[in-house]
Amino acid sequence: MASRAQRMPTSLRIASSLFVLLWFILAAFPFLWTVWGSFKVELDFFSIADWTNALTGARTEAVYGSPFTTTGYEGAWIQEEFWRNVLNTGIVCFFVVTISLTIGTLGGYALSRSTYNYTFWLLITALIFRAMPPITLVSGYLLPFFEWNVWGILPTTIIVLVAINQPFTLWMLHSFFKNIPSELDESAKVDGCNQFQAFRRVIIPVMWPGVITTGLFSFLLAYNDFAVGAMLLSESNRTMVPAIAAFLGTTQTEGNVMFAVAAVVSATVPLFILVMFFQRQIVGGLTAGAVKG
Amino acid sequence: MRHKTFLWFFLPTGLAMLLFIAMPIVSVVTQSIFAPHPAVLLEVENCTPLIGCTTETTVDQEATAALRAEKPLGRFVGLDIYFNRGHLAIQEIGQIWAANETWGGFFTELGNLPFYRAMAFTLTFVAVVTPLTIVLGLVIALAVNSLHRQLKGLMIFFSLLPMIVTPLIGSLILFWMIDSRGVIGNALVYLAGDPDFSLKASTGLMWVALMVYGVWHAAPFAFVVFYAGLQTLPQDQIEAAQIDGATRWQQVKFVVVPHLMPLVTFVALIQLMDNFKVFEPIIGFSAQAHAQSLSTFIFYDLGGETRQLSSAAATSVMTIFGVAILLSPVLVRTWRDFKGAR
Amino acid sequence: MFLKKIALAGSVAAFAASAGYACEIGARVNIVGNEFAAIQAVAAGAKECTGASVESNLTSEHQTINVAGLSGNPSEYTTAIIANSSVVALMNEDVIRPLNDLVEKYGQDLQPGQLIKIGDNIMAIAFMANAQHLMYRKDILEQAGVEVPTTYEEMLEVAEAIRAQGIMQNPVGGAYASGWNLAQEFNNMFLGYGGSHFKPGTAEPNVNSEAGVNALNMMKALSEYMNPDFLTHDSNATNAEYRAGNVAIMNMWGSRASQQTTTEGVLQEVIDGHAIGAPLTVGGGDIPATTLWWDGWTVGKNISDEEAEATFIAMKHGIRPDMLNDETTPLAVWLIEGYQPGKDAEGVFAAAKMGTPPYPMLPYMGLMHSALGNELADFMQGKESAEQALADVEAAYRAAAIEQGYLQ
Repeated sequence: MASRAQRMPTSLRIASSLFVLLWFILAAFPFLWTVWGSFKVELDFFSIADWTNALTGARTEAVYGSPFTTTGYEGAWIQEEFWRNVLNTGIVCFFVVTISLTIGTLGGYALSRSTYNYTFWLLITALIFRAMPPITLVSGYLLPFFEWNVWGILPTTIIVLVAINQPFTLWMLHSFFKNIPSELDESAKVDGCNQFQAFRRVIIPVMWPGVITTGLFSFLLAYNDFAVGAMLLSESNRTMVPAIAAFLGTTQTEGNVMFAVAAVVSATVPLFILVMFFQRQIVGGLTAGAVKG
Repeated sequence: MRHKTFLWFFLPTGLAMLLFIAMPIVSVVTQSIFAPHPAVLLEVENCTPLIGCTTETTVDQEATAALRAEKPLGRFVGLDIYFNRGHLAIQEIGQIWAANETWGGFFTELGNLPFYRAMAFTLTFVAVVTPLTIVLGLVIALAVNSLHRQLKGLMIFFSLLPMIVTPLIGSLILFWMIDSRGVIGNALVYLAGDPDFSLKASTGLMWVALMVYGVWHAAPFAFVVFYAGLQTLPQDQIEAAQIDGATRWQQVKFVVVPHLMPLVTFVALIQLMDNFKVFEPIIGFSAQAHAQSLSTFIFYDLGGETRQLSSAAATSVMTIFGVAILLSPVLVRTWRDFKGAR
Repeated sequence: MFLKKIALAGSVAAFAASAGYACEIGARVNIVGNEFAAIQAVAAGAKECTGASVESNLTSEHQTINVAGLSGNPSEYTTAIIANSSVVALMNEDVIRPLNDLVEKYGQDLQPGQLIKIGDNIMAIAFMANAQHLMYRKDILEQAGVEVPTTYEEMLEVAEAIRAQGIMQNPVGGAYASGWNLAQEFNNMFLGYGGSHFKPGTAEPNVNSEAGVNALNMMKALSEYMNPDFLTHDSNATNAEYRAGNVAIMNMWGSRASQQTTTEGVLQEVIDGHAIGAPLTVGGGDIPATTLWWDGWTVGKNISDEEAEATFIAMKHGIRPDMLNDETTPLAVWLIEGYQPGKDAEGVFAAAKMGTPPYPMLPYMGLMHSALGNELADFMQGKESAEQALADVEAAYRAAAIEQGYLQ
């Protein structure tokens, strides 16, 4: 990427590489430590007796005769049927991303093309909406949802997540569409298209990078959601993060921390694949999008 | 775009936000100015297994039900809940003000009121974490951008990790690592040279730990946005600056940063808001003894054996106001840009 | 602890079939409750009933959803499994029904102790009990040459002896995490000193008293022998310390007793040395400084009488004496007829025998618990005096109680 003008002096290059290395350690070390620890028993993972136990697996070896064990993974996936939760998360993520992007694209496009004052106020209102703590929103839903008999099922959670996520989606997509020259759709309208046809024929083909980036943020929100899923889903429909929280136990009852750790590590694998697959688009989309704000 | 066309485009998203955010907000505001009816109490005999019976107090359901049926919303209390000790504590402040001659005494006693103590932490958190996140995100973006192409993809993934690992578990794992017997905690004990050194027992160090977590968790978001911005950096401007003999630092200061300014605004907006609502690290680090925020107040109001809905509603409304005040400078700027752009 | 739900259900079903036990219901049953294994077993038992659907939603979030889930007409759930601390929330909202007629009709064989009575009304059927009591390492105590303590004052001496001999630096454990846990430890100590949270017959707070100050000072004295991070240690973290061999003596939940030695990787000396004792008294008092808890089930108010009847039958089937087998017996201290308490249950039974007070089942106790949890940490950190901390508790409680309508 470095053009001639960007070429660095050696000292700066070394400093910069060292910094990247430092950041790599900071960002990845806790995760790699967790991956390593997920193959140990709980006492080693927490290593209260001696911190080197977490590395050597002394207690694990005492129990299983080897410093590594897959009991955490077996417990989570087979005994506790974590795959059901993964499946639910998959469904929730798919629909949240699709619906969120569909209605968000339309709204974001309209906000970017209208020049009336109300577009500004709509954007500000959306921002203020985002300030509302989700936990209060969710506890307000409980009573009506029970009354309408829609509590506990996946569609309700999907719609709530879509709505909560709209302000952020609108802001991202709005700034992205701002960057697509309005001459494009204006000229299509001169050719006799109405606004929607112009949107469909001219804008849709060029909007994908921005949409994919926004979609990834929606995906992450749905993937990592705890507040909504924990309160609005019944036990049988639980998504991953509330299930992981349930592994941890409560004050009066013991949980199984290693199930939770193994589940967390497994939950990160699809994200790894996703980011590696989409990394070009994540960055590319923002490039075309939010730059001019 | 015509109003009618705009309406059709905006309708689906507008409807979703109206139904699931705006209407709940209205109900939350209503809830914050109404409180449950006075309970009619009764003395009864209470029997428990293994124990026997004791005399206890309970709510007289029939009498209370009549009150409820008459006014289902509860009793109107106006702004009482906003002003009570759990929130703005107007009366208590008056007393403290009257009782204290010096500012020092006033502030010490003010720190005893939960709302102001939480505010002290929250505002410090916002003021420290937001700029650090932006600076760190920018430096990472510049550094990663200068890497070899093949390394970039991998580095982007690992840089994103602090953001994508579920905060619930992420903060818990870090919490164990900074324990005085954990791997980081041990390193700190070694560095401090004091075997009794503990991060979790001291308020000051706990604040530092929470803020470090805050920066660590949010830096990837700033990084991704800035990194993308760097991809569209106009090369001609950089070259022109170099021909003018600008140093590297001057290039960053006069070309790169101005180019990224709109993105900085965007990141600042989101970060200010999220940091004001700081929640996960406080719960994950079990730091309630040392730090609180408005979001943890809501969490406790809703999570106790007896749920304090009105109190939680009042705190939520105050959160919205707090965010609005915090964001107002940025919003004024956005308004000017909007007017200018037209 | 996490048993295979399906295997469990299967074994219970097989047991029931062999005993020729039948359960017929005529309307739907839907259970909401916490998710620990004992409750899973009860729900699995209820699900054996045939004739109509029996569903359950067992989640640690049950407390946030049970009021809403029992409201509406008809309500989503027909029964909520609760504890003595949480039943008051359901009674305050008037969403559960008195069970007198159902008990008369179908519950004649329930133990009298299982019936939770508020006045004349039976509001819940209890099936298990819990209490915090002493757990200690007999090997460490022997090594230090001290007797097993029966009072908290003796516990301090034991701790000092262990520390002085250099056996352990922080021998005392305790779930003193700021919030719910810390408040619970205060409740224990406060009741042990003969305190009473409220002025009799009113919702007026009464913790800023001699008993309150004594309780806080005792907690502070104990915390000197705890890990310096004690304000972040909930019961999970405290148990982890115990199993790692860092703690010799602590006050811990009876429901945790069986896992202290069975968790994977526990040190051998902990397994060998682990022992259970009766709860401790304090300040020369004769009742132990702990509280007694029960878990039980209720029947919703906003459902038809047929559903209420079906719910009662199914839930009673879930806690019938036959449900106790090798797998389910160790899960809890059951209040079910024919339960043979094992070694792990000794502490809870000792607590009951000594006249341990139940956790106060008052409409406003939850508010007091929250206020205690939020305001006591300052004192424990030495930032303010005991009197100031207790005055703060009363002020915080008063604000909440006025809001909720318990005080004017």
